[in-house]
Amino acid sequence: MVFTAFLYASLIIFALGLIIKIWTWFSRTIGISAKRISTLERVSSAVKGILGVVFSGKILTLIKVFILDVVLQVKIFKEDFLRWVMHMLIYVGFMLLLLMHALENFISEPLFTNYYSTVNPFMFLRDLFGFMVIVGIAIAIFRRFILKVPRLKTNAMDYYAIIILAVILISGIVLEGAKITSYTEYQYMLEDYADLEDPEEITALESYWVQNFGTVSPNVQAPFEEDVLSMGKDLHEASCMDCHSAPQWAFTGYATAKIITPVALALDRAGTSTILWYIHFIACFMGLAYLPFSKMFHIFATPVSLLANAVMEKNTSDPANIATRQVMELDACMHCGTCSLRCSAASAFDVRGNDYILPSEKMTFLKTLAAGKKLSDRKLSAIQEGVYLCTNCDRCTVVCPAGINLKELWFNVRENLVQRGYPEPLVLSPFSFYRGLHRENISTEDYGRPLADANRAVAGKFEQVMDPSMPISFKDREIVELNQLPSTGTFSYCFGCQTCTTVCPVVAEYENPLQTLGLLPHQIMNCLGLGLVEMATGPRMLWDCVTCYQCQENCPQNVEVTDIFFQLKNIAANNVRKSSEENSSDLEAA
Amino acid sequence: MSHVPTKSVERSKIKKEIHMRYALFLGCNIPARVDQYDTSARAVLRQVGVQLKDIREFGCCGYPMRNVDQKAFLLSSAVNLALAEKAELDILALCKCCFGTLKEAEHILKEHGSLQKEVHGLLAQKGLEYTGKIQIKHFLSALYHDVGLDTLKSNITRQYKDFKIATHYGCHALRPSKITRFDDPVAPSIFDNLVEVTGAKSVDWTRKLECCGAPVLGFNDDLSMNLTQKKISSGKKSGADYLCSACPYCHLQFDTVQKMMVSKNGNDPLASVLYPQLLGLCMGMDEKALGIHMNQLDISGVTSFLEP
Repeated sequence: MVFTAFLYASLIIFALGLIIKIWTWFSRTIGISAKRISTLERVSSAVKGILGVVFSGKILTLIKVFILDVVLQVKIFKEDFLRWVMHMLIYVGFMLLLLMHALENFISEPLFTNYYSTVNPFMFLRDLFGFMVIVGIAIAIFRRFILKVPRLKTNAMDYYAIIILAVILISGIVLEGAKITSYTEYQYMLEDYADLEDPEEITALESYWVQNFGTVSPNVQAPFEEDVLSMGKDLHEASCMDCHSAPQWAFTGYATAKIITPVALALDRAGTSTILWYIHFIACFMGLAYLPFSKMFHIFATPVSLLANAVMEKNTSDPANIATRQVMELDACMHCGTCSLRCSAASAFDVRGNDYILPSEKMTFLKTLAAGKKLSDRKLSAIQEGVYLCTNCDRCTVVCPAGINLKELWFNVRENLVQRGYPEPLVLSPFSFYRGLHRENISTEDYGRPLADANRAVAGKFEQVMDPSMPISFKDREIVELNQLPSTGTFSYCFGCQTCTTVCPVVAEYENPLQTLGLLPHQIMNCLGLGLVEMATGPRMLWDCVTCYQCQENCPQNVEVTDIFFQLKNIAANNVRKSSEENSSDLEAA
Repeated sequence: MSHVPTKSVERSKIKKEIHMRYALFLGCNIPARVDQYDTSARAVLRQVGVQLKDIREFGCCGYPMRNVDQKAFLLSSAVNLALAEKAELDILALCKCCFGTLKEAEHILKEHGSLQKEVHGLLAQKGLEYTGKIQIKHFLSALYHDVGLDTLKSNITRQYKDFKIATHYGCHALRPSKITRFDDPVAPSIFDNLVEVTGAKSVDWTRKLECCGAPVLGFNDDLSMNLTQKKISSGKKSGADYLCSACPYCHLQFDTVQKMMVSKNGNDPLASVLYPQLLGLCMGMDEKALGIHMNQLDISGVTSFLEP
């Protein structure tokens, strides 16, 4: 009764969860691209798209991807053999347990007329499948906590996934062990199947079971007389043998039984089998009910992602379908960390400590963003940095075992984030090269806004230089601390010949360079000479510098002009970061 | 045994093999956007007996990080250098920005300051060590100095005729010359010699050693494209049929960005051929293998300059 109630309740929650989740694929949006497409439109585009693929040559691609990537998981195999073994053990083991054991009423019994969970091969197979999953979980724990795969982060969802699987499996195995030893269980069977009345026969069968089947009896104990056992054997063969293979075949349960034998009687009296049975099925039902909301949902979403990405292309696919796919991909991500392991920009994460530089952590954040949760300013600017600090090498997309098209996701989200008005110094660096190549996909207004925000934020004050009638103030003079790198103190060699400015292709580009660039290269060196570091970090010149090194190459005094510019830009960028952090903590305090 | 090599032959063979083996450093742009540079360079290098090893753990060289975080740049470079050192291989970089950045990092890491100490510490955490044992080479310098013009010549089956090429040297390989040591910064000749091996004429052009504009693309497009335009105009004025580059940034600027530019201003483009594409065609390699069709601007006309 309780069992049925729980089963139906969890099935209903599971079904509702599936519907809700799939609904979000069509209703939620990520980034800039899907804003104006309605849910209805997306559903109809998806149906059209799916039908279009199924009734075309692309069906062959789907079949190929299904076999190679979904069933055999070749992508994981190529990436890491140990991980492939882990995943195959869990996934194959669990699937078979589900089909043969959990759904025995619906699958195993109708399929095999001789099906009994206590008869071989089924008894052995159940333990084998369970053992596979256990080994898989052990490898997962080993990888995450002992081997410490680089940049593999473990979040609450990962813990949950490991724990729920472990609870289901371990409770199942211990339950089997407890039942093997249980005298109560033995008694039930005796009453139901043997129907013995002669006390001698009862003792004989019991002795036989204690000897050969691991039952722990309060009445009899080994060693037994030969003739008692042989009588027991006859009775066993008459009443029990048809339904019971040797328990050693259930090797995990039998091993557990042997371990708990010394305390088996106490456990049996405490009703341990019943308790374990409750734990086992409640864990299963909980896992089922919570599945659509947990990482385990990837067992549905990841195949969909792999299949969808195999037949979709950026330029030819319906934008409505791309919008839907991008939301679905968030569910397909199982936080395996392959992308972060292979990320080209990962060294920047080691230095800056911003988790969002790692693609796998960006995905975690995107789930929050797509769910429409509000994020603090500080978090948003950390994420903005993480999303922008990407070399667009596309490696994450190439290696993703779920086939997620991460590069398109990043582009989409990056645009959304940089439009929010938090100045991001990174946009003034070659990290923008990719955005420049793709400017046709962005409106002119949107394209320029983040650049203007950042330029405004890095711009310093140097009006005094612009206006010859104003005396230079030395109020803000600082001790120059540029010598983090070799010879960046070389500005002191400058004797003001202006060669740097003369050879600069950027200066030559403008009609009125001083007005556009703020300070010219030689003036920046002069500022440093005078200790006006803040002023030197402010001019547009620094950010318009094409780093062609003409100034540095041609300087007769070996001033490392370009390298000093890099230093100054670092300082300016840090100042922006600092002041935006101060602003956001002010806001949070208010 | 029918053939027993003498000791001296054996030794010279070993020496040559060691000499001609590199860790290929692709960087980030090439695999994602200029795949034809990867495939054509590999094809050409294989032809002339260079062995390449791919180190999967290679990451960004740190170039784009220099504006905002020198430490991130230095660690990024250092990780790559240490990985190559672990594999006991010199680095062969196809990208000039990668090359220049790695050279810069090599230079910085020769000093012993607090930043260097920190970077070495971070390397140690990853189980890596960099002591400066390996060399960093650009594709062109490896071809010129290690393979040699003679070997190239002996592999060329068809030469170009009446073909004018404007070589684009690329700033980050050329300068700062004290650090990169690529070629004479004022009068470089490596690239011209490499081009002339193919029978093409390397023309003199005024903006040969100037910036392509790529470093500011994406945040100052006007400046970037103006610089590109000046280079293209200068190249055309010199009578060049094509530009030739050996860097993905420069190439993308002359290819993808120029395509964007001509679609607006309607000018005739001066397309860029990647050096290994130019060379590969002379070695009788398949156009498809060299990715001739993968350039954004059509360069199929190059083959018409080949001698029959």
